[in-house]
Amino acid sequence: MIQFLLKRIGVVIPTFLGITVLAFALIHMIPGDPVLVMLGERNIDPVYYREAMHRMGLDLPLWQQYVNYLGRLLHGDLGTSLISQTPVLEEFRALFPATLELSLAAMVFAVVFGLAAGIMAAVKRGTVVDHTVMGAALTGYSMPIFWWGLILIMLVSVHLGWTPVSGRLDIEYDIAPVTGLMLIDTLISGEPGAFASALEHLILPAIVLGTIPLAVIARMTRSAMLEVLREDYIRTARAKGLSRSRVILKHALRNALMPVVTVIGLQVGTMLAGAVLTETIFSWPGIGKWLIDAIGRRDYPVVQGGILLVASMIILVNLLVDLLYGVINPRIRHAR
Amino acid sequence: MLLDIKNLAVTFGSGHDPFRAVSGVDLQVAPGEIVGIVGESGSGKSVTMLAAMGLIDAPGRVTADQLTFAGRDLLSMKSREKRAIIGAEISMIFQDAQSSLNPAYTVGDQLLETLAEHQNLKGAAARARALELLEQVEIPGARSRLSAYPHQLSGGMSQRVMIAMAIACNPKLLIADEPTTALDVTVQAQIMELLVSLQRSRDMALILITHDLAVVAEVAHRVAVMYAGEIVETAPVPQVFATPRHPYTQALLASIPEHSKGASRLNTLPGVVPGRYDRPSGCLLVPRCPYAEDACSRAHPELVLVGDAQARCIKPLDDEGKPRA
Repeated sequence: MIQFLLKRIGVVIPTFLGITVLAFALIHMIPGDPVLVMLGERNIDPVYYREAMHRMGLDLPLWQQYVNYLGRLLHGDLGTSLISQTPVLEEFRALFPATLELSLAAMVFAVVFGLAAGIMAAVKRGTVVDHTVMGAALTGYSMPIFWWGLILIMLVSVHLGWTPVSGRLDIEYDIAPVTGLMLIDTLISGEPGAFASALEHLILPAIVLGTIPLAVIARMTRSAMLEVLREDYIRTARAKGLSRSRVILKHALRNALMPVVTVIGLQVGTMLAGAVLTETIFSWPGIGKWLIDAIGRRDYPVVQGGILLVASMIILVNLLVDLLYGVINPRIRHAR
Repeated sequence: MLLDIKNLAVTFGSGHDPFRAVSGVDLQVAPGEIVGIVGESGSGKSVTMLAAMGLIDAPGRVTADQLTFAGRDLLSMKSREKRAIIGAEISMIFQDAQSSLNPAYTVGDQLLETLAEHQNLKGAAARARALELLEQVEIPGARSRLSAYPHQLSGGMSQRVMIAMAIACNPKLLIADEPTTALDVTVQAQIMELLVSLQRSRDMALILITHDLAVVAEVAHRVAVMYAGEIVETAPVPQVFATPRHPYTQALLASIPEHSKGASRLNTLPGVVPGRYDRPSGCLLVPRCPYAEDACSRAHPELVLVGDAQARCIKPLDDEGKPRA
């Protein structure tokens, strides 16, 4: 297991380096340069321009710039926002919990309902239940996030008035961030109604963000379950006299989980991309909205640092998924 | 009778064109008896036994005039009651033991599960019992095998684990569905020996599904020969080899390689088992039977008593192996 772990972690390092190259190259591939953006692109004093370029190290050869960039990275310096003059990492840290909360809620929604729907469809294969679930999954998968978000806002928030339209919390509450996760912070604050308000704000964006992963998980669970249910060991489990639910949930699901966990891991990437749209639609103050705003303002350090951080998150999640394989499947744990 | 099956049929598919995989099967097994069920692939041996266990899934349908185990009616029984019997009083082992064990759980987990389900045995007592079972099926280093995963076991070892699971609750009947087919020859003999010694020491009945007639000759008390979903002959074991009553049984015996010693080609029965769409109307063996005549195609034959044996033939073979006049 230790060997398996080390091997997986060993793969992460070159992947991370690759991303730093991409993030670094990005800023050099975009037309114009940061100094021009900072100085307003018009009527720039050439002397001052050269000075600024030198100050920022942009007059050095590319490889040297990259090495310097890597050096700063290793010291945890991701640069400073051109607009707010706050370190990128600091902004990220302040905003990430909002995205994390939204993504976690969306993932819980997607996994719980996706697994249940997939198992049901597989067990009731070929019946109305199966066709309904799979039809719904295909519809969910095909829906553009922004359209689905707007429809839900119109229906649930505007027409039915069940949930708020945007934000994370009603303005009457002032909750000091402890964990940054609003659900937990409101609980800690003990302020009556604050938790309910946070939950109301979270539900709709979580459903919107979780819809595509839910559809993907449901479809993958169904096909994996169908395959596993044909296996000899399922017959053995039934010949032991075990109940149907035990056969399905213990013997089949555990083996069907491998491809499903892979897909869940991959969906984290899709989700962070989806968060950009969802956060914009619901004015959710997370890194998706932060990145979109930064692109609009050509805040290069934020875009660069943000991409690096988001990519690191995805690498981390994929590492976790790899490790989870070993837990689920003993054959992987023992393979050399 | 321990197991009493009358007129069992298993049908797959629905609507106007269902396929009868097994039909009109009568089978009785007495306590402590070893019954061999032989026949080619696709003759319905396994399906019959899976039906008795209640393991045929929709759209497959099982019907029978009688299906009782130790006097209890398995057909009308609620699934909860039936589950209490399956895996405890009747248990089954399968052809490919390695794929019959769940790869995600250890040998111990899978053994303990049976003990917990049927005997409510848990904790240290269950572990002790599991160890004892592994020792009974002669697994070397039994203690360390408890924490092994199926992929760490050989085929023979896996079958031993399957047997340990099957005998965990002291069944009255063990159904072994081609238990040695997937194994090396030397291991085959060991597993058969183990099964027979367990059968003797526990006085349990054993149904042995196989296409290996040599194994049947060695261990079984009685044999049922199946062809195209029907039992065509049942007979006590020594007799069936000397005086087969059904032409199909005779052909099966003739195809044993030892019987072709000195010949340039092995004896075979030409043709294949009729499938779904080419079933003859009368006796199902007509296209392949060397003795077939017009009368054979007219009506579907019933099982008739010939001495100790029953044969589904209008002209059962005599002691010389020739059709009766």
